Amino acid sequence: MTELLALTALEAHRAMVAGELDAGEYAAAWRQAAGGDELNAYLWRDEGGGPSAIAVERPSIAPIAVKDIFCTEGVPTTAGSRILEGYEPPYTATAVRKLIEAGAPILGKTNMDEFAMGSSNENSAYGPVLNPWDRERVPGGSSGGSAAAVAGGLAPWAIGTDTGGSIRQPAALCGIVGLKPTYGAISRYGMIAFASSLDQCGPFTRDVSDAALMLAILQGQDSCDSTSVGLPKSPSLPDRGDLKGLRFGVPSDLTGHEFDAGVRAVFEATLEKIKDLGGEISTVSLPHAEHGISAYYVIAPAEASSNLARYDGVRYGMRAESSGDVIEMYEQTRAKGFGAEVKRRIMLGTYALSSGYYDAYYGQAQKVRTKIAGDFKGAFDQVDFVVTPTSPSVAFKLGEKTADPLSMYLNDFFTVPMSLAGIPAISIPAGLAQPAGGGPELPVGFQIAAPAFGEQKLLGAAFALEQGIGFDARPEGVPNG
Amino acid sequence: MAKLARLGLSEEEVERMAGELSGILEHVDRIAELDLDDVEPTSHVVELENVLRADVPHESLSPDVALASAPDPVEGAFRVPSPQAEE
Repeated sequence: MTELLALTALEAHRAMVAGELDAGEYAAAWRQAAGGDELNAYLWRDEGGGPSAIAVERPSIAPIAVKDIFCTEGVPTTAGSRILEGYEPPYTATAVRKLIEAGAPILGKTNMDEFAMGSSNENSAYGPVLNPWDRERVPGGSSGGSAAAVAGGLAPWAIGTDTGGSIRQPAALCGIVGLKPTYGAISRYGMIAFASSLDQCGPFTRDVSDAALMLAILQGQDSCDSTSVGLPKSPSLPDRGDLKGLRFGVPSDLTGHEFDAGVRAVFEATLEKIKDLGGEISTVSLPHAEHGISAYYVIAPAEASSNLARYDGVRYGMRAESSGDVIEMYEQTRAKGFGAEVKRRIMLGTYALSSGYYDAYYGQAQKVRTKIAGDFKGAFDQVDFVVTPTSPSVAFKLGEKTADPLSMYLNDFFTVPMSLAGIPAISIPAGLAQPAGGGPELPVGFQIAAPAFGEQKLLGAAFALEQGIGFDARPEGVPNG
Repeated sequence: MAKLARLGLSEEEVERMAGELSGILEHVDRIAELDLDDVEPTSHVVELENVLRADVPHESLSPDVALASAPDPVEGAFRVPSPQAEE
């Protein structure tokens, strides 16, 4: 069975198509592996013979773990929140439907920060997810369950969502590949909304080829999401052998800030590797990118405060007992149903949108967004890609940052600017480094960002670099393919 | 603010959040210092044109399905407490 689990999704797909691998046996092996979840990665698992609405008649693609933010008909969908406990949506998200139609069975729904708000998965109403490399540490967030499932050998691949870094950061902290596509590449229909102008679905995979395979399945325009446009061309599998003729820009406005020495060492070694592979490195200027966190923590909570108005105890989800009028029922339901971080962001967003403060906060943040997008356009006149570390640190300890929301928010320092600009970015594992406080080495992610709709070229460069780096470390007990 | 957001907060939550939010706002306030008077705000990153589709009727959720997850469905509707509390 270990041999089956060691296959990448692409290898398994090829073997199934060639008739060398029994799809039923393969899916059963993964269901059994997922059943051994000791990381709290799954909130729901298909034990075999799951609901008919998500059934796959002829599996030909590796089974997939789905972040619990995607609506799945007849399957509990909580978004990590108490307010949606027991909720079973009457329809399935487009991204999940496409995977099912392509022949990928749904392995289960993965744990996450409540409504995708968090960078450590500690904001889940259903308990934190543990990092498979060190169970005293966080897997990152908000798609922590999806990242831990793939890194921990509980799923061959997974989907998650990225609003300000929620795919890239957990992928980095768990030592796997995470891709945030261009805004609009994949339909958001059926993806529970956090910040609609930023949310984007994307893959968690063991390698870059699997990410390309999954992106090819997921991308496309969807009449149910008016902001979806798809990619100009369905991505093909990457096969670049070197980085000759490609220019990589290091944004000194971001990398000049202080971050962990171990992460910096891996980042600099990866820049050398790029040069070895024939790529050119230069410095680029993104003068407004350092204001990304400020702009993001106005825009995202503002949109969230509006999107989360729908949870009022009327149409679905929980309703708190109350003896008063309908307003008191709303207030009590939301008081009991939402966790601390969600309440904090609703308050922040409501404030930023309120009369008298709108221009100073929301309006100003949207202007910063224009400047950041402009900075990237300017950089891409000079280089093909912008590269940074994915996260300023390796995986931190559970509870280490929960008392200080701002220090938690600063985890997104390198990932938020790309989200605000709507451009694609991938995190690939680049090496191992000791945490700042010492201890066993943990994975470090390297982020590569490309111009909007530049996924094909991005995957090609990431593939060549991945081969050059040859990262093959795995958490203890996880088969290495 | 909690009233506007229809969010019931305890005394303790209000106190804790006031401190946390002022820390966050202090950081956010840095963007207030940027001179962006002539900059157009971005609300959407991808250039899109509105398109219209043909207005063809199609199936939607039946009332039964739409009500299936409601906390208190009654006679094809969502029941809520009275808008006016009893005296």
